[in-house]
Amino acid sequence: MDTGDTAWLLASTALVLLMAPGLAFFYGGMVRSKSVLNIMMMVFYALAIFPIVWFLFGYTMAFGNDVGLGLVGGGEFIGLRGIAPDTLTGTVPTYVFVVFQMLFGVITVGLVAGAIADRAKFAAWMVFVPIWVLLVYAPVAHWVFAFDSADGSVKGGWIANQLGALDFAGGTAVEINSGFSGLALAIIVGRRVGWKREPFRPHNLPAVLLGAGLLWFGWYGFNAGSALAANGTAGLALINTTGSACAGILGWLAVEFVRDRKGTSFGAASGAIAGLVAITPSCGVVSPMGSLVVGGLAGAVCAWAIGLKYKFDYDDSLDVVGVHGVGGIVGMLAIGFLATEAGLFYGGGLEQLGRQAVASAVVLVYAFVVTYMIGLAIDKTIGFRVEEDVERSGIDQAEHLETAYEHLGGGSTLGG
Amino acid sequence: MKLVTAVIKPHKWEEVREALAAAGVAGMTVTEASGYGQQKGHTEVYRGAEYDVSLVPKIRIEVVVDDADAETVVSTITGAAQTGKIGDGKVWVIPVDNVVRVRTGETDESAL
Repeated sequence: MDTGDTAWLLASTALVLLMAPGLAFFYGGMVRSKSVLNIMMMVFYALAIFPIVWFLFGYTMAFGNDVGLGLVGGGEFIGLRGIAPDTLTGTVPTYVFVVFQMLFGVITVGLVAGAIADRAKFAAWMVFVPIWVLLVYAPVAHWVFAFDSADGSVKGGWIANQLGALDFAGGTAVEINSGFSGLALAIIVGRRVGWKREPFRPHNLPAVLLGAGLLWFGWYGFNAGSALAANGTAGLALINTTGSACAGILGWLAVEFVRDRKGTSFGAASGAIAGLVAITPSCGVVSPMGSLVVGGLAGAVCAWAIGLKYKFDYDDSLDVVGVHGVGGIVGMLAIGFLATEAGLFYGGGLEQLGRQAVASAVVLVYAFVVTYMIGLAIDKTIGFRVEEDVERSGIDQAEHLETAYEHLGGGSTLGG
Repeated sequence: MKLVTAVIKPHKWEEVREALAAAGVAGMTVTEASGYGQQKGHTEVYRGAEYDVSLVPKIRIEVVVDDADAETVVSTITGAAQTGKIGDGKVWVIPVDNVVRVRTGETDESAL
């Protein structure tokens, strides 16, 4: 065991945990005041249920010895059996590794919630999350995050080992996965009442900015922690994470200045997240100058991509597809060009770019198809959508017997 | 007795309050309101989606006064709230039948 590595991973794990309330505020500020508790609860519920499913089955499906073809891990760690305080993963205690990896899944499924904000039955979400963890997240995490052991005795997933796509901290398993799972659920659950007719104004942009800041803070643990060591790679991931977030803000604002002649605070917060999303897979393999390109590109592309939902008529309420799905693809493909070891711009040829595209496409299709089937099964049995009058009057009051704010006086309730 | 109701721009509220105090108005009820007249609304943009926001924030002031004072109150509010631009608001006056002071049970003019 390396105490330096262990100390850094412990700290990183705590940082990543903070992304859950960060995401809850980021999303909470974006919805209307009558549904803020519901979306925050969807994220907090993910934080409650995911670890339990992970301890029981998820971890072993992701990090157990591969059962063949690199598709899923075996059952030797069911209920975390066989792991003790002195069990190591690399140079760190396995218990720390289990929790660090677990929190990636918490954030991933929390992100999915944004696609169906304002209108999903909470009970349906409670059923959806554990099923989705087992059928979608755990296998994909195995493909991407489980590496063959150095001595070859333990086999990992096909993307990390056979295919050889580079994904440092989860451009596929976290970002593309959440984005296109979100798209599937948005289609199953359907468009909000008033879609394209009524304004869905974010009710608290300061909360969005607070959430974006907390996510950025946590992302240092997410990316630099993914080095699983206190070393130079962690430092590279740290500086690249910073560069991409900054450039992401500027990229998004540039699109707004061209289109609207103003820069919005919501755009700045979104641009930071777009930059962080795109650097997630690439932070360990591009240079700091490369990170500025990745972030700027992601900010601009995502600012454009969030408009796709109006064109194709799917109501991805909080733009999970446009920011995380598309941002993840930008980051994965950027590796093919900008990776200092294998990228096209560094004389690496097209081979790496091809691997990145295959990994992205397979995770995209798998996440969409399997999530669609889970969503359909839940919708046909218990129903995924609240009644229309509940949606109109406010999902917080109907689903949680609470309201976030006390509305007194005339004007404050009129805006919805 | 008359009820004077004024709907004004929020940023003129302090000036109106001071002018009414200087004119001897002893009390009033104030609420934050939303509405629109000729001003209509404005456009806001959230992640590229443009929304026409029709309701504009306003301050609504209500004052009950003697018949003789109504004209002064109206001109005081009008003078203090005016910017000359669209959206300055409205003032209107309606008759009041009865007033009771809850603490003492006094009625009408002596309750003001």
